[in-house]
Amino acid sequence: MIKADNLSKHFGAVKAVDNVSFEVAEGETMVLLGTSGCGKTTTLKMLNRLIEPSGGSISINGKDVASQAPEELRRGIGYVLQNNGLFPHYTVAENIAIVPNLLKWDKAKTQKHTTELLEKLHLSPQYLSAYPNELSGGQQQRVGLARALVADAPVLLMDEPFGALDNVTRTRIHAEFKALDELKRKTIIMVTHDVQEAFTLGDRVVIMDKGRIIQQGTPQQLLFKPANSFVSDFLKEQRLQLELRTIKLTDLWESLTDTGRKTHTDLLSAEEDMWTALEGFKFTQHDNINIINQDSREIKSVSFEDLMGAYNQYKKQHRHE
Amino acid sequence: MNEQQQTLLDFMRQQSDKLFSQTLEHIGLTFISLLIAVIIGLPLGIIIARKKQLSGTVLGIAGVLQTIPSIALLGFMIPVLGIGPKPAIVALLLYALLPIIRNTYTGITGVDASVKEAAVAMGMSKWQILKQVELPLAMPVILAGIRTATVINVGVATLASYIAAGGLGEFIFGGISLNNTNMILAGAIPAALLAVLFDFLLSRVQKLNFRKVRVGTYALPVVILLLASFYFIPSAYGGKLTAGFTPEFMGRQDGNLGLREKYGLKIHTIVINDAVMYKAAYEEELDVISGYSTDGRLKAYNLVVLEDDKHIFPPYYAAPIVSEAALAKFPELEKTLNLLAGTITDSIMTELNYRTDYLHQTPERVAKDFLESKNLYKPARNGKAGIIRIGSKIFGEQYILANMYAMLIKGYTNYDVSTKTGLGGTKICFDALTNNQIDFYPEYTGTGLLAILQAPTQTVNKLISDKERTYNYVKAEFNKRYGIKWLTPIGFNNAYALMMRQKQAQQLNVKTITELKNHLDSNK
Repeated sequence: MIKADNLSKHFGAVKAVDNVSFEVAEGETMVLLGTSGCGKTTTLKMLNRLIEPSGGSISINGKDVASQAPEELRRGIGYVLQNNGLFPHYTVAENIAIVPNLLKWDKAKTQKHTTELLEKLHLSPQYLSAYPNELSGGQQQRVGLARALVADAPVLLMDEPFGALDNVTRTRIHAEFKALDELKRKTIIMVTHDVQEAFTLGDRVVIMDKGRIIQQGTPQQLLFKPANSFVSDFLKEQRLQLELRTIKLTDLWESLTDTGRKTHTDLLSAEEDMWTALEGFKFTQHDNINIINQDSREIKSVSFEDLMGAYNQYKKQHRHE
Repeated sequence: MNEQQQTLLDFMRQQSDKLFSQTLEHIGLTFISLLIAVIIGLPLGIIIARKKQLSGTVLGIAGVLQTIPSIALLGFMIPVLGIGPKPAIVALLLYALLPIIRNTYTGITGVDASVKEAAVAMGMSKWQILKQVELPLAMPVILAGIRTATVINVGVATLASYIAAGGLGEFIFGGISLNNTNMILAGAIPAALLAVLFDFLLSRVQKLNFRKVRVGTYALPVVILLLASFYFIPSAYGGKLTAGFTPEFMGRQDGNLGLREKYGLKIHTIVINDAVMYKAAYEEELDVISGYSTDGRLKAYNLVVLEDDKHIFPPYYAAPIVSEAALAKFPELEKTLNLLAGTITDSIMTELNYRTDYLHQTPERVAKDFLESKNLYKPARNGKAGIIRIGSKIFGEQYILANMYAMLIKGYTNYDVSTKTGLGGTKICFDALTNNQIDFYPEYTGTGLLAILQAPTQTVNKLISDKERTYNYVKAEFNKRYGIKWLTPIGFNNAYALMMRQKQAQQLNVKTITELKNHLDSNK
């Protein structure tokens, strides 16, 4: 879907991006992760030609982006900014309608898409005639997202989209973000410096430093097979939480023993991660939680000790592979 | 104070026509130049916001223009653009440029970078970004610049009257030269009110919210254009002929006020400086001008004086006025000065003035040539019997007269002479005489009556049509009040006069002011 080949950007003698190559498959969410100044945002902005590369090439759907008119190219790529970049002199409705108007959609179509999107993003239609400064930060970010999604572009670029939000709002929006149908079909490239966010939202994570890619892979790969000490150091501080978030109950399924004591009827999907399972223990009165594996239609009732045992076993295996 | 206000209101009521047309001209001048300044400044501001390396140069040049004193700027314009509205508009527009360019630049560069980035990233073209994002967001700042420019222009436009472009400056500067407070206020108060009013209105426009600003952005050029067109309204009426009067003439009872009152003369009038007036008449930019009947330029530019058949211009017969003390001290003085009595007629004085003012001959030479032609010249005796101090006002005619008197005294008596020429105006000359700093100077009967004696209106009305009675009145009063003697008049009458080009006056068959009035009325 998106292919970057030996991409470079030099500002004078500074190599902001240095020979970067990656591919993103259709429907995949790829996260560019790194500290400030690592070149992740520059890389992102070269994809829709906000910045022109010094070398290398980018193709989207097999077409070289350099061969297209930049305006045309950008109208087919959704873009979400950290500070939302909403037009302060446009109402919410007008902000969302910018790209449809550029594409010369008729009014009814724009309106229909807008209303649907707002509903999915949990924004009341009463905000349509409000100005951005009348909304909270979270609401503004939702409008920014709606603006990027409304024209149904197949590709979405997000530059630290949730960076300006407080933790509580961010966690809530993450959950909505994962649940949104519109996003599941899209090819998304997101930039963040937040390891948690990268691991929560990314199918694949690319860790960058000093303009180069240090390692790219799934969250599990980065956690359990770090390419070098830079990667393991980068993840060290939040390692426990990341592991709990990354390991799913399906990964442990074989090691879990069913106690057979189903004292209640609450069910937890095996698609959930360890973190959620542990929270399940926290909020239940019972000794066991019931986990259902959707593939095999099997239900296991598991005790806390069993769960932790299976988790430790999994970690040991992966580290020694 | 109450009386003062009353008379100001009276003045404004009396001059309401004039006040109205001046106000319209003022608004028009302000907004024509503002409109052009916006048309030039806005794109310039946009260009330098795009190409920042140009911003220093452009803002620098506009800043330097702003620092040129307004009078000087108007002066620079005259050789290039002549007189009238053109140079005034150009000067005003140059002043308005800086705030407009600078605020456009500041407004556009101040637009939030993330908003601009979003606009680019959504695929808007440069033109769309400018029109839909940058200009609307910069609009409050740009409007603030236009607001500053408007207030500057309302102020500077008062100076436009110096170069015959009209506006409220006509009253202000007319009032200053006539020492007429009411007249100054009648110009200054409306000018100040205009500045406050436009400032207020534009501040309201600036505070409108974004949505309304979009409407305002379209409405504003229309409003400015409308206001700009005001300038042409006063010029639209007034028939065929155009008059150019000095600010002083405009405000005097024995000037334009009398013309309107006694003759009922209504003519399209522009106010103009006396230095360029005669030339403008010659070049057919003006048809009727107010001048002095013995001015040398009358001859130079082939103009004729219209007869004042209703006698609104008081007689200004020139005669030497001498302090009684000097007459006692120098017994031969009176006889000597009276040698000149009755020798110089209007046309001779005009000729003499023409030679100094236009041919740039020295007053000494002109004086000597004249005395020789009349067989009055005698070589100086170089006597040492005492020094007579001669004064003169600061214009050519008086220099010539002072030189003639000096030659006569040296030639006919044993006295020596010291001349104190160029004593400013009437007041300075007269004070010098009463304070015994000079012994005599040439004065005019009209000036004595109106400026020095400040005779009551009834007296003036009674005397004004008769030169003998005027002379006798001032002679008696001066003697009684100041101990100063009026000697025999020299002969010429340097009064206010209306003049036209000789050729045009003949064509229209206009010889008197009444005939001019009838001609104007018949054409309406």
